[in-house]
Amino acid sequence: MQVLIAILLSMSIVAGPAAAETIYVSNEQDNTVAVVDGASMSLSTTINVGRRPRGMAPSVDKKLLFVAVGDDNRIDVVDLAKRQVIGQLPSGADPEFFVVHPDGKRLFVANENDNLVSVVDIASAKVIGAVDVGVEPEGMAVSADGRYVACTSETTSMVHLMDAGTLELVDNLLVDTRPRAVAFSPDGKQLWVSSEIRGTVTVFDTTSRAETGKIEFEVPGIRREGVQAVGIEMARDGATAYVALGPANRVAEVDTKTLAVRRLYLVGQRPWHVALSDDQKRLVSANGNSGDISFIDLENEEVVKSVPVGRGPWGVVIGP
Amino acid sequence: MKLALSILLLLLVAAPGSAAPRTMVIGYIGQTRMPPLPLGPLDQPVSDDGLQGARLGIADDDGTGRFLGQNFKLEERVLKPGEAPKDAIASLAATGVTFVVADLDAATLSQAVAAPVADKMLFFNSRAPDDALRQQDCRKNLLHTVPSRAMLADGLAQYFVWKRWQRWFLLVGPHPADQAMAAALRRSAARFGAEIVVDKPWTFRPANGRADTGHVTLQTEIPAATQVGDYDVLVVADEADEFGAYVEGRTALPRPVAGTQGLVASGWSAVNEEWGATQLQDRFRKQAKRWMTAYDYAAWLAVRSIGEAATRLRSLDPAAITAYLRSGDFLLAGFKGQGLSFRTWDGQMRQPILISGPRLLVSSSPQPGFLHQRTPLDTLGIDLEESACRF
Repeated sequence: MQVLIAILLSMSIVAGPAAAETIYVSNEQDNTVAVVDGASMSLSTTINVGRRPRGMAPSVDKKLLFVAVGDDNRIDVVDLAKRQVIGQLPSGADPEFFVVHPDGKRLFVANENDNLVSVVDIASAKVIGAVDVGVEPEGMAVSADGRYVACTSETTSMVHLMDAGTLELVDNLLVDTRPRAVAFSPDGKQLWVSSEIRGTVTVFDTTSRAETGKIEFEVPGIRREGVQAVGIEMARDGATAYVALGPANRVAEVDTKTLAVRRLYLVGQRPWHVALSDDQKRLVSANGNSGDISFIDLENEEVVKSVPVGRGPWGVVIGP
Repeated sequence: MKLALSILLLLLVAAPGSAAPRTMVIGYIGQTRMPPLPLGPLDQPVSDDGLQGARLGIADDDGTGRFLGQNFKLEERVLKPGEAPKDAIASLAATGVTFVVADLDAATLSQAVAAPVADKMLFFNSRAPDDALRQQDCRKNLLHTVPSRAMLADGLAQYFVWKRWQRWFLLVGPHPADQAMAAALRRSAARFGAEIVVDKPWTFRPANGRADTGHVTLQTEIPAATQVGDYDVLVVADEADEFGAYVEGRTALPRPVAGTQGLVASGWSAVNEEWGATQLQDRFRKQAKRWMTAYDYAAWLAVRSIGEAATRLRSLDPAAITAYLRSGDFLLAGFKGQGLSFRTWDGQMRQPILISGPRLLVSSSPQPGFLHQRTPLDTLGIDLEESACRF
């Protein structure tokens, strides 16, 4: 018995943090969130949520998962221990993407149909503010210090930078056509914005708001129109960024200093969003057209497994 | 004189520095059309087809414009039946309009682009699918946002070839437009390796199927008209929507119906909700209180193209916008999954062709496997090498 416990203990140590990891994937056509075990890389269960789930984010304490269910005009609250929806939050109409403010109290939600960003108070479950932005707001990001919230508007082709406290627009920056995702660098000094139609990522200095660089992605054998930049994930150390390239079926690894594309990973069809594991050694992409997620081993620089999760995987979150 | 000159100078100096938003006035010229008799009780009667699309384009252009100090305005002209476009064009030019959305039939459009002041303007054909306008009758001052018949036929043909529905029964209506569509379909069949096994004109008078017991007549007539040897799909060319819809479900052999009715190839359809189109459809329905048609979409594309160019250039200068639209760099997001641009050789906007059923999107062409040295979008319509257009 003692031996067995010792073996068990040693196993858990060897397996490391990945063993305790869980991947959550929103399936926009199935109205579910797939739960995938990080250690075995297999589907554990699916959680029924509202209609057309896309954007997702965990609560600050990682106990809850918020899921934007666009066709039901609300945000579902999933208890991660119970693995079921335990409540709802208002969101304004047609929420697609949102961020949890570092204060843990507020959500900033893109209302795609109303050209608004709604601010939701989690505790009272009330919309407490709204900010007018461009046509079809989509991507959302918040700086680590909580000072700024950024939002892209797809048809207006802009990224809107707002003060998270006063809810006033600080600046509106023109970006390449049909911007999708936006991300702050971990130090908050840079703002990265992807463009679906141009297939580029534009980098801005957050303070001066000047454009400091542009990344173009060339995928051998794929025409210009087939390379579309969507989801962006920044490594915690700020040295690397990962960009999902949609119909090019690739995820790009970008050196944030030189803006050079280090390598391209061939994943499933039409990756929308990507997420890094807590130890930063693994990347997972949600592949919309092939109904699966791809696990990328970043140390060995290879795609190690694809796991079917449902129809229309869109958002991906990695939690404990 | 000196005073006038100094005022002029003052104006010139003041203009670029002023913080006031600058305004781009875009012209729209349409025609009063006899509303077609609705073939079915669910058909929506539309009288402002095209115009509403242009108006939505202005609202979308202003979405970006308000952040850049650019204002967009639509100057609308609608011709009476039979009215020549000359005066309307002149009045648009007099209000300083350079860009005109031409929601006109081919004959009127040809008059419009040849009007005395038209040389200094740029027209966007949002209505006429005639290939001649992109071929021998092409003009330097004319772009096309509505797909040509060749593009529609190619889009449909690729889907059939992908499905291996390669033997077609072509049923052709009596009007010149139907003949032109049939010619485009024959060209596509030859191009993509399909075979037209039966090629027949529709010779019955347009029947009113909505009369009481109308279905009884049709149930007798259609099987007789479709009593032919075997085929895979019945392709109907009936642009006036006079008989095509009567065919489905009544053919002698149980076969699908496609073309201008049934499974329809078009630049836009109200059933499209992919590639973010839901938002465009919602915005349109909120504004127009009806579904967005392919003509609305083509007019929207025209106005958005101008707006997109103005955004990228951060300028409302017509010459710069015209040059940019024709350059290889221009790319418009059109809710069909990839960027849209204008062909340099004939001014046609390259774009996917939607294949739609009455309730849902069925497919979108180009189909997988149809390759091209430039872009798969150029597998649809008249390609550079075969173009007869000489500006």
